[in-house]
Amino acid sequence: MNLGEGVQFVSFIVLTVMIIGAALGVVLFEKIVYSAFLLGAVFMSIAGLYVLQNADFVAAAQILIYVGAVNVLILFAIMLVNKKEDYAPVAGRWIRKAAAAFVSTGLFALLTTMLLRTNWKINLSAPLPSSPIEVMGEHFFSDFLLPFELASVLLLMALIGAVVLARKETIMGEETAIVGETPAPVLELPERPREPVA
Amino acid sequence: MPLEFFLIVAAALFCIGIYGLVTSRNAVRVLMSIELLLNAVNLNLIAFSNFLDRQALNGQVFTVFVITVAAAEAAVGLAIILSIYRNRDTVDMEQFNLLKW
Repeated sequence: MNLGEGVQFVSFIVLTVMIIGAALGVVLFEKIVYSAFLLGAVFMSIAGLYVLQNADFVAAAQILIYVGAVNVLILFAIMLVNKKEDYAPVAGRWIRKAAAAFVSTGLFALLTTMLLRTNWKINLSAPLPSSPIEVMGEHFFSDFLLPFELASVLLLMALIGAVVLARKETIMGEETAIVGETPAPVLELPERPREPVA
Repeated sequence: MPLEFFLIVAAALFCIGIYGLVTSRNAVRVLMSIELLLNAVNLNLIAFSNFLDRQALNGQVFTVFVITVAAAEAAVGLAIILSIYRNRDTVDMEQFNLLKW
């Protein structure tokens, strides 16, 4: 990244404010659709931080996969389960919220002190590889070959598993005998009724 | 720009994700919080790759794997939520007590 130091710093600040603000919006907004769109904003800003750190390929992959696939999937899920429901009040819920807020701020303080006190072995003297994608491709097809192939199997398993979990079960091959006049042809299979779990 | 800045941003994102994971009642929002956690981890990996390991780029390779697993997880998780919604007619996390004894 051959930007000036000041430009990098300013863009880092802007991206950080966008990330933290949008992430807080994802968690705190009442309407889930706002959360979903703010999640897209978080993903885009994180891609900006990747570009700042010389990870161009990962930034492109982040935008393609997260914004293009995961976020759209989440939006579709919101549309599919879009039910206006008022949650029943649960006793002592604010205690849980306060405890969760306390624990997460405590975790943040702990992590921050830890990483500020650690002496990182920063090595900025080594030159960047002239073509980072070639280096990554070499990794993928030499020392990370097995995880790379396993990732494709994992994606296939996720695809089939999602289809199996989410499809409607239909009743096949049961013709209902109708006496009298011929009914209008039904062009869809009847759905198997599900017994609700108690 | 020092390495610690990026790590602090990642830590903040991770903590926001944990808060959302614990407190939200909509099951879809829980999945979104998991995505926030995974993104915080990715940000850490990229920062370490840029500052400590500029030549080999192992962190970027790891990040690609994490993105793959996150995509698979989102697909299966949303399918599970859809299935639960068809059975229970709600997405309220407080009412999902199938595994409680």
